[in-house]
Amino acid sequence: MLDISVAYNRYKFIGYEFLTWMWYVIEHDSAQLNHVIPENINFTIGNRIMLQNAVHDAVETITIKGDDAGLEEGVLALKKGALVTEIHLRVTEAEKEWQLTLKGESMNISNLRLPETGQIENRDDVEGAVLEKIFLYEKIVGWMDAVYDFFLKIRFSPEWHDVIIPHIKKWILQ
Amino acid sequence: MGILSSNVSITRYQVMGQLAEPLMETLSRLLTQNAIVEIDDEDMDQSAGWTSFEDPFDPNFTGSSFVIGSQFIFSFRMDKKTIPSKVVNKRYRQEMTKRLKESGKEFLSRNEKKQIKEDVIRELSLRIPATPNVYDVLWNYEKYSLWFFSTQKSANETFEIFFTKSFKLNLVRRFPYTAALELLTDSEKDMLNKLTPSHFME
Repeated sequence: MLDISVAYNRYKFIGYEFLTWMWYVIEHDSAQLNHVIPENINFTIGNRIMLQNAVHDAVETITIKGDDAGLEEGVLALKKGALVTEIHLRVTEAEKEWQLTLKGESMNISNLRLPETGQIENRDDVEGAVLEKIFLYEKIVGWMDAVYDFFLKIRFSPEWHDVIIPHIKKWILQ
Repeated sequence: MGILSSNVSITRYQVMGQLAEPLMETLSRLLTQNAIVEIDDEDMDQSAGWTSFEDPFDPNFTGSSFVIGSQFIFSFRMDKKTIPSKVVNKRYRQEMTKRLKESGKEFLSRNEKKQIKEDVIRELSLRIPATPNVYDVLWNYEKYSLWFFSTQKSANETFEIFFTKSFKLNLVRRFPYTAALELLTDSEKDMLNKLTPSHFME
């Protein structure tokens, strides 16, 4: 295995490609995700997306945020060759909603908000509350892992270059 | 930031290896040995160590107090005293004036000034309480998986070093490359090592 810090920097592009592919899939082909997660789980883009474009030695960062923000600027950045580096997602299962920000280079999950859970009234409630939270954390992390695993399988298949890249290009140019 | 907070951040790790048996006794002993040391009445400026999830200001690792369901749960606490530089400067100048008057000298040597500054910082350290930061840890021992409830660089780095020092186990952060290694077949791992970025717009 490569040195960890070398591997972190050399392969962060996989995380950026993953998030860019996720945006495409969510917007254009969400049925793909049903290969790995149940049909009643719904992913949508949240209120923040960050892109980065490396042109020669300069790095250009584009951030789009706001609840009603249009993503046209983001698509324009994709046209110029940018990739998604950070994305805010909303994930729903029936009435339950999770929100999180996923960072491409580290796969860190931040600003994770779970569906509403029961109130802690006294000390005896703590263990139950923790177990409920862990259950909800594991659900969202499990779905995210399943989607990443699915992406990797595609990324390492001939389909990536033959089918997926042309489809993403077509989506960007629409 | 903790498991019960309404808004959390998580860094995920793979734990390389296992503790010696009997597991519960080993973990309880190592957590206790490396528990946070209070520094409020000491002239130390920082301290880091393990503490209890339920009561981070009273570390207690007896019995199964650090077990919930099938997972280990405890917290990492980092205490730090921050003395405002203007307060240090004010006390330093007061002490310099006093020393000059007492000695009848016109100037103090570099060493004397240095000593005064160190004494002032030590004196203030004893009077200023440390600010605690508590980060929860969820360790799924059977799955070699650990979640640290923070993505702050300094907290993560201090945690990683302290975890390895406490348990003699290494942690590998989960990021795109390491997560891929967990999933891919041997031939795919070879492909991973040769992988180059895709360009969607070429």
